[in-house]
Amino acid sequence: MSDISKKNGRMAFIFAGVAVGMVGMAYAAVPLYNLFCQVTGYGGTTQQVEVSSGEVIEREMKVRFNAAVHRDMPWDFKPVQISQKMHIGEQKLAYYEAYNPTNKTIVGTATYNVTPHKAGEYFAKIECFCFTEQELKPGERISMPVVYFIDPLIAEDRNLDEVSEVTLSYTFFVKEIEDDKAESSVGR
Amino acid sequence: MAHENPTGWKRWVYSTNHKDIGVMYLWFAFFAGLIGFTMSGLMRMELMEPGVNFLPGLFGMTEDQARHMFNVLTTGHGLIMVFFMVMPALIGGFGNYFVPLMIGAPDMAFPRMNNISFWLMPPSFILLLLSTFVEGTSGMPGFGGGWTAYAPLSTYGHTGPSMDLAILSLHVAGASSIMGAINYITTIFNMRAPGMTIHKMPLFAWSVLITAFLLVLSLPVLAGAITMLLTDRNFGTTFFDPAGGGDPILYQHLFWFFGHPEVYIMILPAFGIISHIVSTFSRKPVFGYLGMAYAMAAIGFIGFVVWAHHMYTVGLDVDTKAYFVAATMVIAVPTGVKIFSWIATMWGGSIRFTVPMLYAIAFILLFTMGGVTGVVLSNAGADVPLHDTYYVVAHFHYVLSLGAVFAIFAGLYYWIGKMSGKQYPNFLANVQFWVTFVGVNMIFFPQHFLGLQGMPRRYVDYTDAHAYWNKISSYGYLVTLVGVLLFILVMAMTIFKKKKDVPDNQWGEGATTLEWTLSSPPPFHQFNELPRIK
Repeated sequence: MSDISKKNGRMAFIFAGVAVGMVGMAYAAVPLYNLFCQVTGYGGTTQQVEVSSGEVIEREMKVRFNAAVHRDMPWDFKPVQISQKMHIGEQKLAYYEAYNPTNKTIVGTATYNVTPHKAGEYFAKIECFCFTEQELKPGERISMPVVYFIDPLIAEDRNLDEVSEVTLSYTFFVKEIEDDKAESSVGR
Repeated sequence: MAHENPTGWKRWVYSTNHKDIGVMYLWFAFFAGLIGFTMSGLMRMELMEPGVNFLPGLFGMTEDQARHMFNVLTTGHGLIMVFFMVMPALIGGFGNYFVPLMIGAPDMAFPRMNNISFWLMPPSFILLLLSTFVEGTSGMPGFGGGWTAYAPLSTYGHTGPSMDLAILSLHVAGASSIMGAINYITTIFNMRAPGMTIHKMPLFAWSVLITAFLLVLSLPVLAGAITMLLTDRNFGTTFFDPAGGGDPILYQHLFWFFGHPEVYIMILPAFGIISHIVSTFSRKPVFGYLGMAYAMAAIGFIGFVVWAHHMYTVGLDVDTKAYFVAATMVIAVPTGVKIFSWIATMWGGSIRFTVPMLYAIAFILLFTMGGVTGVVLSNAGADVPLHDTYYVVAHFHYVLSLGAVFAIFAGLYYWIGKMSGKQYPNFLANVQFWVTFVGVNMIFFPQHFLGLQGMPRRYVDYTDAHAYWNKISSYGYLVTLVGVLLFILVMAMTIFKKKKDVPDNQWGEGATTLEWTLSSPPPFHQFNELPRIK
């Protein structure tokens, strides 16, 4: 009987290990999922690059700009231009404007994506205010640039043949409100 | 024996006997099922007429409170039926009682862990019930975000402690199930009687083995996901909060990575039970035994790679959707193998239409109907308009409420004689079957129409256009209620019978598994001399 109970114990140990491992897998999914979104443009995640490829093709694309704020974010945030039209591959500069109407210094970060989501893979940003945190003093108004281009590889993806217009969206969240340190990491 | 058989309360609370623990699981599932069934009754009565009238009238609450209560009821009904009724009955109940008997083992591999597995269930259930009484959102009690508990409704949508209690409840239930699963795997791998190779093992033991694997692989992922919810809610992490770089869609991926295997966890043991019953009452060995076993293994395996078919509307790209459509449809193949093998088992058999057989045949019919609507829904294109409508509700109730639950009824009628030594009253049991069969179909068949008309699920109210079929559906509930009362009567008449009147093998030559070689009820300890299988 002790032989079988040793065997049983070993097997229980193995499968308890499997269970613990699967909890680990759930947590490993968090960074893997972010990586996956960045690599594949999944969910409209845009690409970040150093320089544009320089290649410009005939096909045109219209980019529309959208701005939103989280419900706890008091900033007034909007795009300066409604849309821009360009040849694919051409590098473009667009501006967003943010205004802090409160009497507190607020640090914010922006999340972003493009719709249709499948265009995320081909939407490349060279410079963006969303790469860093933004700090606005009370009453301060700033204008924030985005330098981007549409990757000419889009022409080779037949799933995007019908896409002639993409929307770039930003949502600003509160990262920190200077004046009440008690809630220094306000998230909600 | 080396020790006395414990008596009184110690027999149950300290129990390490697989049959006693199995019986406790069945009682637990019965009471939890009654509560879940009552919740669905409150919902059906509210949905009988357009407008929000029933709940405010019954509980004297405002319309807003009634709306929230309806949401709490849908959530509670789902969680209770999944975690506290179907799983305890099929896996904990029948699994504990019959797996050791069928494989010729004296008990489970870890009898004391078995005791913990069971006794974690009542505290877990109490936590869930408590959660419906403490604040969920804006002063109203209970968590109303559905059994899926999607973020952000489950994070900053419900800031009260209710959701925290529900999370803890699931943690405890999950720990119980994982320990149970480890116990089954070890028992089935190491404790089979001499000569019982894995390819001679009865199909119910096969089904529990595969289910146990699914549990060990999928439940920890749920545990991880709800732990992330818990820390997002209480400790400032932002796994699912975009403000801190998280993504609420990730929660859905994690949830359904667990959630899809979970539906097979609920149905595979049912497949096992149905195989035995169909074979017994056709007086034939089951058709294509190995095909049946490996079809279950295939279903379990494919079940892990189809989860995103619950998420066609979150914005997956077309290639991803194409993959999940194809993978999902592939499941119809092993499932078809099972359905056709059951029919082939009956084919040319000497069929006896006993109550368990009626339930088994009804299971095959209704599960197939649920499977067919499942194939419809697996199409991403068709799913977009049907997503979160009553069509989906009808689909999963056909496979679970009319599938898994019918298998539980079938199993009970099949084995109650073995477990109690007493036979059920045949005529009343037949009536109970037919009333329940008519009732549940009356509830859920019209819900296909409601779904196709576009009625969204989980809503407390609907437009007048949906009134007709909602009324029929609610009448169906009342018919089913009669069926449930009859069920209680039939079981009471069986259990409280004075005399034991069941022979060792009450079903005759078709019943070939080892439990029928023992007395009815089986002795407290069986197989002191291990049986040899030729």
